Amino acid sequence: MISNKFYTLIILFCLLLITGCSGGESNVTTGNRDGILHWGNGTDPQELDPHIVTGVPEHHILTALLEGLVLKDPATLEPAPGVAERWEVSSDGKIYTFHLRHNARWSNGDPVTAHDFAWSWWRALQPALGNQYAYMFFPVKNAEAYLNQEIKDFSQVGVKVLDNYTLRVELSNPTPYFLQLLDHYSMFPVHRPTIEKFGAADERGSLWTRPGNFVGNGPFMLTEWQLFKKVDVAKNPYYWDAATVKLNGIRFHPTENVTTEERMFRSGQLHHTASIPIDKVAVYKKNNPELLHSHPYLGNYFYRINTKSPHLSDKRVRQALAMSINGQQIVEQVTKGGEVPAYTFTPPDTLGYTAKRGFEFNPEKARQLLADAGYPNGEGFPVTELLYNTSEGHRKIAVAIQQMWNQYLGVNITLNNQDWKVYLNSVDNGDYAIARAGWIGDYVDPNTFLDMWITGGGNNRTGWSNARYDELILKLAPTASDRETRYKLMTEAEAILLDEMPVIPIYIYNSKSLVHPSLKGLTPNILDYTVYKNLSLDSSYQGKPFNNKNHSGEAVH
Amino acid sequence: MFRFIISRVLQAIPVLLVVVTITFFLVRVAPGGPFSAEKAVPPEVIKALEARYHLDEPIWQQYLGYLNDLVHGEFGPSFRYPGRTVNELIAGGLPITAELAFYAMLVAVIIGVCAGVFAALKPNTPQDYIPMSAAMLGICMPSFLMGPLLVLVFGIWFEWVPVSGWGDLPGDKILPAITLGSGYAAFLARLSRGGMLEVMSQDYIRTARAKGLPEWVVVLKHGLRGGLIPVVAFLGPAFAGLLSGSFVVETIFQIPGLGRFYVQAAFNRDYTMILGTTVFFATLIVLFNLLSDIVSVWINPKLRHQLREGK
Amino acid sequence: MSSSIPAAEILEYAEKGTSLWQDAWIRLRKNTLALFGLGVILTLCLIALMTPFIAPYGYEEQNLLLGAAPPSAEHWLGTDIFGRDMLTRIMYGSRVSLMVGFIATGVALAIGVLWGTIAGYAGGRVDAVMMRIVDILYALPFMIFIVLLMVVFGRNILLLFLAIGAVEWLTMARIVRGQVLSLRRQEFVEAAVSLGLSRWTIIRRHLIPNTLGPVIVYTTLTIPSVMLLEAFLSFLGLGIQPPQSSWGLLISYGVETMEEYPWLLLFPGLTLSITLFALNFLGDGLRDALDPKASRD
Repeated sequence: MISNKFYTLIILFCLLLITGCSGGESNVTTGNRDGILHWGNGTDPQELDPHIVTGVPEHHILTALLEGLVLKDPATLEPAPGVAERWEVSSDGKIYTFHLRHNARWSNGDPVTAHDFAWSWWRALQPALGNQYAYMFFPVKNAEAYLNQEIKDFSQVGVKVLDNYTLRVELSNPTPYFLQLLDHYSMFPVHRPTIEKFGAADERGSLWTRPGNFVGNGPFMLTEWQLFKKVDVAKNPYYWDAATVKLNGIRFHPTENVTTEERMFRSGQLHHTASIPIDKVAVYKKNNPELLHSHPYLGNYFYRINTKSPHLSDKRVRQALAMSINGQQIVEQVTKGGEVPAYTFTPPDTLGYTAKRGFEFNPEKARQLLADAGYPNGEGFPVTELLYNTSEGHRKIAVAIQQMWNQYLGVNITLNNQDWKVYLNSVDNGDYAIARAGWIGDYVDPNTFLDMWITGGGNNRTGWSNARYDELILKLAPTASDRETRYKLMTEAEAILLDEMPVIPIYIYNSKSLVHPSLKGLTPNILDYTVYKNLSLDSSYQGKPFNNKNHSGEAVH
Repeated sequence: MFRFIISRVLQAIPVLLVVVTITFFLVRVAPGGPFSAEKAVPPEVIKALEARYHLDEPIWQQYLGYLNDLVHGEFGPSFRYPGRTVNELIAGGLPITAELAFYAMLVAVIIGVCAGVFAALKPNTPQDYIPMSAAMLGICMPSFLMGPLLVLVFGIWFEWVPVSGWGDLPGDKILPAITLGSGYAAFLARLSRGGMLEVMSQDYIRTARAKGLPEWVVVLKHGLRGGLIPVVAFLGPAFAGLLSGSFVVETIFQIPGLGRFYVQAAFNRDYTMILGTTVFFATLIVLFNLLSDIVSVWINPKLRHQLREGK
Repeated sequence: MSSSIPAAEILEYAEKGTSLWQDAWIRLRKNTLALFGLGVILTLCLIALMTPFIAPYGYEEQNLLLGAAPPSAEHWLGTDIFGRDMLTRIMYGSRVSLMVGFIATGVALAIGVLWGTIAGYAGGRVDAVMMRIVDILYALPFMIFIVLLMVVFGRNILLLFLAIGAVEWLTMARIVRGQVLSLRRQEFVEAAVSLGLSRWTIIRRHLIPNTLGPVIVYTTLTIPSVMLLEAFLSFLGLGIQPPQSSWGLLISYGVETMEEYPWLLLFPGLTLSITLFALNFLGDGLRDALDPKASRD
């Protein structure tokens, strides 16, 4: 009745369906065989120029392509030799002399010299480039002035090339955590001839970062970069430590959707994920705990309080708010990701620094404080708005806290959520009463958490100001004679912060990933810092991550 | 006919101008700029960034500058991806979305028209009711519901097809194409059924049958041409719908196409990307409507006649 | 889909004579599916209106210890990850979804009917200009604009109504104009004119009532596409924002956790689909009832 043509079409369609359904080897299987690591990298990288980018996904890729003066030991996070094989620090703590190793090479064979670093740092401070991490250089003498164009001559900035392999850095003030900074990608070297071949040094987004053009001094080289699809890197034969690099290459997969990423992991497409969906944490904990890697992360989830707001300017009110939050309940029942409630602002054990707990969950005391401040049982307390950027996760927490404040203090809180960019604007302009915030440390040192709160600090945004705090953080701690003294001073500063409470810490971040059993060599640490040259793939494992105990080569699912 | 085409093309230009203008000013009005960030950015850096993207110029100057660039086919640099131009991003995402749309349309046309014609042949019998009810289901179940359900059943429970990506794994194009196409298949089924019913009751069909032609010749050769007129007319607007449907399907299946770029650009306040894709989409839609109108007139002798006589 | 009407009834009507509306109602009654649709919609509207009184739990009432639980005696449709009752959330979602559907369609109706009537009645240059505007607007990629509007002005639910309504009025205007054009030439209008009735009176009392047929049909078919549009936007994160909830938003949450907690996707999805089904059947039935000669689709 209907023509044969119609039936042929149907058959063709079914064939398409069926052929489409055949297996094909999973990424993990081929990766293990060829030595290629498949890494779920979160959001697609915006760029690969270390002086322009701002994100964590870019960081993962850049640490494979470039290497700074100093690295970190993955277990202790103490500075370890990178391009610099040794260094000396002057007794006043202001002069660092770095001795570069003679066998460090760029991926085109050129030697890595001190000139490279000096030029790279010059470039990073060119205002036209728009480097949002330019402030990492500010400890260096005159770096900030140079960026502001108060000083036009770069030779006045505290970077000097003594000879091809010796670099001298002079700081304005002793900065005990300076070595930690050097491992940040904004301080990585870039290859001058390559950049100048493709445009001006301060040209933003030229073609020098494309595969085939990119020249780096890290353990890997850029071989392919397809937006939204993948970034491939392959072993760099010129890397000074190439002998210890066991991987042949890494493919960074963009995995924006965390649910899809978990499915990719389950079907054997990834060795390592960037994150894990909340509703899957319990499932993995129960069935496959060996696949779930979880570790405290150098970040703090907290609420900012606008101290300029009349009813929030009394610190007793702020303390009352803090003490009526049941942090334990929040991490157990709301976030459920294995986080730890925060009772300090700096995460505990930040390079050995642990502040004293500043407060506790004590609704009785909270009520008392609120009454002392003039709002017994919350009477007369104006309706206050809690602002957060749109996300179900933040909303969950906000709703829970809203209920807690209502229940324990009798105060009325409304919730308001805004799009990310809009929210940032509002907080920046002080257009909020209480706002959710998060802070991830730029480097492993309590200073990155504490110097936010100096008077007028760019990241302060609460209107809080305390002279003694400023003195401790800006003058006394940097000039402390040793780490112990310094930490004691910072503990004192943090105690002030936690007493005045312009911020309410809620929980310490947690980095969570799913890791395929064939990936070896990962060392968990608070920065989620990975040293790729320590990683290796065991090819006796099969594609799917589950039930992979039999690895004699038999296919197990 | 020629004059008709020319006049339609000319009509399209003010449309595009309106699109560009409205989008340009809407985007600028949106709160939150492209350079807002959690960590405070040094003011000199912000100044430099704004200068580079002309954000420090008065808005009229920016507008005219942008129009000028457009005429030269330049959509400008992307804010979010500093090393890429919007042209590049569109060129990267377009083939993928086009392929998705094509497969979806294929699914829609094949399944929809066949089902509709099939049903029209025996109206008001189960042969009619069943496909039409299925069609109703396709219309009422939105793509963002059908997609995840298909993923759940075929991707996760049965593991027959991959659940994300496009072109990475064999078979990963099946679910997205079906998800996007199913709504249109349903619509086309109803349209073609209606068209066929109307045509099949015409006299010239009876004549053909009386001449002794086999049924399938009657249907395909004589019936289909007339019955498909509403289908062709529908294809133009359907294209616009496919494009917007791609937003959701590409998001669900993590497909790196233009639709997903657009939604993300909107969230990220990537001005140039938003503008570029909007203008691009608008141009495509106008083009397709134009094509659809032309083809409609061409295959419909009645309209062609009207055109010749001047409406 | 047809059942026979007893002969006695037919005779009765033949004697009494029926109005257009009664004719339509008779035909509609025969269409079981359409009646089903009508029933569903009325029930839904009733539930939506009564929700604050009959909902089993509070809208935001969390039960963190319970978490997401499958349907049970206490929670007929299960709970979400916060332990909030799904039945309650779907009921409150229905208020939003239906409200958007009706109000946005109302906006489209108001603008479209007015525009089309004026254009159709005025004729000549006024008509040409007004319809040219409609043509230009018709060609604009509205989905894209709506996305943009939502991003720019985001949280305003009022704007959502306006934006969606502003998209849908175009076809309404075209339909009404077509109707008015054909009506204008009819005798009763000429009679009204010669009676000296003002143009507004004619429009109000004679034209608009007679265009109601197709308008009603189109309205009933617009509501589901508006609801679909809102759900679509909410799914992308651009429509209704939390704390309000609509079915689209509930579905998007359900999609994220559909493996572990499939009921979170199933129930809102089913509700939306059934509602759209019902509205479409009703619309089809109305179209058949009001103008049986009109070709399907």
